[in-house]
Amino acid sequence: MCIHRIKKKSVWWLLITVVFVIVVKMKENKIAQAADSMVCGQPIQTVPNQQNRNRSEASGEELCGSVTMAGSTAMEKMAGILAESFMLRYPGVTVTSEYTGSSAGIAAVLAGSADIGNSSRSLRKDEKDCGAVGNIVALDGIAVVTDADNPVVSLTTEQLTDIYTGKIRNWQEVGGTDEAIVVIGREAGSGTRCAFEKLLEIEERCAYANELDSTGAVMARAATVPGAVGYVSLDVLDDTVHVLAIDGIKPTQEAIQSGSYLLQRPFIMVTDGELSVQSKEVRAFFSYLKSKEGQKLIRSVGLVPVDAESK
Amino acid sequence: MQYISAERYGNSYRNAEKKRYRDRSRAELVETVAETVFTFCAFCSVLAVASITLYMVVNGTPAVFRVGLKDILFSSTWKPVAKEPSFGIFYVVLSSIAGTAMAVILGVPVALLTAVFLAEVAPKKLAATVGAAVELLAGIPSVIYGMIGMMVLNPVMYRLEQRIFARTPGHQFTGGANLLSAALVLAVMIMPTVISISETAIRAVPAHLRASSYALGASRVQTIFRVVLPAAKPGIATAVVLGVGRALGEAMAVSLVSGGSVNVPLPFRSVRFLTTALVSEMGYAGGLHRQVLFTVGLVLFVFIMLINLSLNRILKERERQDD
Repeated sequence: MCIHRIKKKSVWWLLITVVFVIVVKMKENKIAQAADSMVCGQPIQTVPNQQNRNRSEASGEELCGSVTMAGSTAMEKMAGILAESFMLRYPGVTVTSEYTGSSAGIAAVLAGSADIGNSSRSLRKDEKDCGAVGNIVALDGIAVVTDADNPVVSLTTEQLTDIYTGKIRNWQEVGGTDEAIVVIGREAGSGTRCAFEKLLEIEERCAYANELDSTGAVMARAATVPGAVGYVSLDVLDDTVHVLAIDGIKPTQEAIQSGSYLLQRPFIMVTDGELSVQSKEVRAFFSYLKSKEGQKLIRSVGLVPVDAESK
Repeated sequence: MQYISAERYGNSYRNAEKKRYRDRSRAELVETVAETVFTFCAFCSVLAVASITLYMVVNGTPAVFRVGLKDILFSSTWKPVAKEPSFGIFYVVLSSIAGTAMAVILGVPVALLTAVFLAEVAPKKLAATVGAAVELLAGIPSVIYGMIGMMVLNPVMYRLEQRIFARTPGHQFTGGANLLSAALVLAVMIMPTVISISETAIRAVPAHLRASSYALGASRVQTIFRVVLPAAKPGIATAVVLGVGRALGEAMAVSLVSGGSVNVPLPFRSVRFLTTALVSEMGYAGGLHRQVLFTVGLVLFVFIMLINLSLNRILKERERQDD
């Protein structure tokens, strides 16, 4: 058959149909993901899951299956190390983790495409309404950093607030040298930014000179720009930057555990429904988290472990 | 295919005829297959464009209805995660336009004169060297531009900023990550495009125009600016438009040097472009915020489409002039 015989028009129709089908598929996918519309589709989705879980619990004695995690980039270190050592402990289970951002991770759990969503911010109301349950697994400190040459050692909460809202613009005003303050923060939607602003009660009042889109970028800029101040998660600190004490307290694991360091936030692992209705593998993962070994691993990446209680 | 009777022409003839028929049908098959493959390949790109357009429109419009076009395009407060969120991208759009315009203002004159140098002035050997350098410039990945901008340009800018604003108490210091840095980096980035296309346009100006100009007693410089450049105008316009497209669509380099806060686009303020708004917030955005980011993408898409349409118009104009 020759191709000339096909009418040009019909080819166009074919093309349009294909595009249409693709779009429809995309739409279906999106509704399923529930990320944008926050449609509560859980009852439909959990019922078959529940049956699967019951069946696997009834038949299998050995742990064998998979746990999928998705979520915060700030929790990458912790999630990675936990996944690897969990797999060593239970060779039958595969743990995969993606680092797509807190919100995306929670959305993935609600859509059923991930078992655990890593989130460095607390759950929003609409997410809770859809059945998301946050399990606090660790505490993270947010360190306030400056360039290495900055002589300022400590700031009060008030000074920090004033710096971030733009009232204080020179280090001289807080006992430093005559150097302009370059206020560096994270982009809107970041878990770290959300927690930082909430803890200082300066939500949406910050006057950032730079809004950078990753912890690494904040570290790099704070290290290179004289007079810069930024905030990063505790576990990425190194000696390229100078860490400030807040109200005289340095962000150490002890200070965070005792609660005396102000800027701390929970890392949570989100599940669709309570822990008790999760699959055997997921429950094993959480009990591994709570075990001595798990707690040691969490501590090894610079975080403070807590008992994984659902909240 | 009709057979002529075998009795009349003998067996050998019939065999030859058969073979010819087989060969021809095989050739026809190859033709058909090739044509199908070509058609399919052509459709791939059409399909890509069509589906991207559709995807952007389908995903970008819901937020417009939920927030309101006016509140998105003409409001200047961008607070996507506040309790009462507001999604005004006016400053973001303005920054993109201002940054691109500044890049064009800074980059195009240099690029144009470089093209004149390459095509008209330089000795052959030197032109080859400079041309090679320009091509190399085009091949450098944008992230490298961004990195060098961040490490080299930003500190210089910060020193300049400190000097200029030393006596201005209200100024928020950006550490050198500002609109001017972004514009400078973009200016360098669009140069190779503008240079190579305008060089081709200048070279294509017929020699008799130059000869006539010289014959009338015009000097070399007069000839270049009064005769050659006006004659190459459509080509140069194409070059500029392509440069604008490149500057407008650049994300990586800009996100590294521009600071990323949403501000009025002034040279020493840190700004966010349409592209960087997408890059920096997509990973963490959810709900309406995410939808609005798709709208931001749609706005960028529309801008790029407008640029391409104007490019098409220029090219058509040129064709008409050539006729």
